[in-house]
Amino acid sequence: MLAGINMIAVLGLSLLTGFTGLFSFGHAGFMAIGAYVGAWISASPASTPAGLGLPFILAIVGGGAAAGIVSYFIGRISLNLKGDYFCIATLGFGEAIRLIFNNVNRFGGARGWPGVPGRSTFLVILIADVIAILFLANLVKSRHGRNMIAVREEELAAQIAGINVFRYKMISLIISAVYAGVAGVFFAHYMTFIQPKMFSLTKSTELTIIVIFGGLGSISGSVLGALVLTALPELLRAFEIWRLVFYGAAVILIMVSRPKGLMGGMELTPSGIRKALAERNALREAKTKLLADAQSGEED
Amino acid sequence: MAPILSIRNLTKKFGGLTAVGDVSFDVPEGSIVGLIGPNGAGKTTIFNLITGVYKPTSGAIEFRGKSILGLEPYRIADMGITRTFQNIRLFKNLTVFENVLTACHMNASYSFAEAILRLPRFRTQEKALVAKAENLLEIMGLMGYRDLVANNLPYGLQRRLEIVRALALNPVLLLLDEPAAGMNPDETEQLMRLIGCIRNDFSLSVLVIEHHMDLIMGVCEHIVVLNFGEKIAEGIADEVSRSPQVIEAYLGTSLEAADA
Repeated sequence: MLAGINMIAVLGLSLLTGFTGLFSFGHAGFMAIGAYVGAWISASPASTPAGLGLPFILAIVGGGAAAGIVSYFIGRISLNLKGDYFCIATLGFGEAIRLIFNNVNRFGGARGWPGVPGRSTFLVILIADVIAILFLANLVKSRHGRNMIAVREEELAAQIAGINVFRYKMISLIISAVYAGVAGVFFAHYMTFIQPKMFSLTKSTELTIIVIFGGLGSISGSVLGALVLTALPELLRAFEIWRLVFYGAAVILIMVSRPKGLMGGMELTPSGIRKALAERNALREAKTKLLADAQSGEED
Repeated sequence: MAPILSIRNLTKKFGGLTAVGDVSFDVPEGSIVGLIGPNGAGKTTIFNLITGVYKPTSGAIEFRGKSILGLEPYRIADMGITRTFQNIRLFKNLTVFENVLTACHMNASYSFAEAILRLPRFRTQEKALVAKAENLLEIMGLMGYRDLVANNLPYGLQRRLEIVRALALNPVLLLLDEPAAGMNPDETEQLMRLIGCIRNDFSLSVLVIEHHMDLIMGVCEHIVVLNFGEKIAEGIADEVSRSPQVIEAYLGTSLEAADA
């Protein structure tokens, strides 16, 4: 369950970090916005005075939209920052959101907010995951996705190739924020209790670690990463206090043995595997060709 | 012929340093113009000014009679000016094919929603893009390297790929920044022919920065010489190579002249 919820947020972050090349340490903030707005929309006014008592689907849409709208304003001010500076700005944003919710007494403040209806069933999350993956896969394989990758690869060349770099960064940020917001809605309706502390910097870092662990620029990597890294701490529960040490060790081990992450830009689909094989063949052919050229050059 | 690009009194100052000072010249439609000068003469700065990477301090740049001053680089690319870079800037981790396919994006107009839902317009346009990219690779002789990651391409071919990527944008004016840098004489010769072919086949105008004099003299119809940010000579190859200022800029003043 939690893995499926995390997966949505990770997929969104994967678009921003893995495909567009922007690192964010504030995505827990977008999750928090989604969680609180979603809970506000669906909580029944009978049990919690702050709730609107509307259907769950509206909570999902509302939570995602709220995160998206906030991300637009964040993007307007911070997307002109280069590289690490954008990263720091998102870090500040995430913390700011957490502190704001800490002080909104209407939603329980730092004590948290109980009484969120438990609507996140396994089936609902599974359907959401499938839709999230399909949307992202289709987007990445289109010209829009390619333009985002171009921004990641070489920003100046992308500009010169007629790509509106700022616009694509913005769109990527908004989509990733909507994903995080929706994940937040599911999270709130799964835990039935939310507290600002749940959306701290640790949560943001966890999402980024999963994306990098899975492999930048790979959707299947993000999916695998979310499944493995969310399940791992649970599986290691038997080790009690040592479990987070094992968790850390596992992450380090993978990153050392596969520096590009679990999937390293490859996709675990028929066309993805075909592409990876084609690249490998092309490299081998090019090597033999160059070698042959060099030898014939020596004979001349 | 009417100039496709005309530059008037272009000046760019970085703090107290005048990188480009009061330079004016035209690129006639369909011509190949060479831009030469010693290192630091301001050649690449002029490219950056034309493509909108830098904003000029003063002066005017007109493309097909319309001012392109102050436009964002991607807008200028939209209008049909594109360039290559002195230090190659490919999408390094993408394959040769993907590099060109990405640049073909201007030929498609489908929206985000159409892409996500895979509507018919997405599919037909995407098919056309693939065909265009493959066709370009075929013409430019890179089809054999279609699936090679650009970073693994031999140096000379990386330069060629950058030109192909530029051509994928359907440019009207192509700016080449030292396309022959690091190439051996054989490759330079090939490149020279390639530039001529491109101009004819794709009916565009070319402005090229180069240090290889053989290439410049062989392929350019018109040459502009810069030194310390200022234009010191302009004309056809013979005129320029006999101009005393040009000889002085490249070889320094002779002893007799200094004595006199």
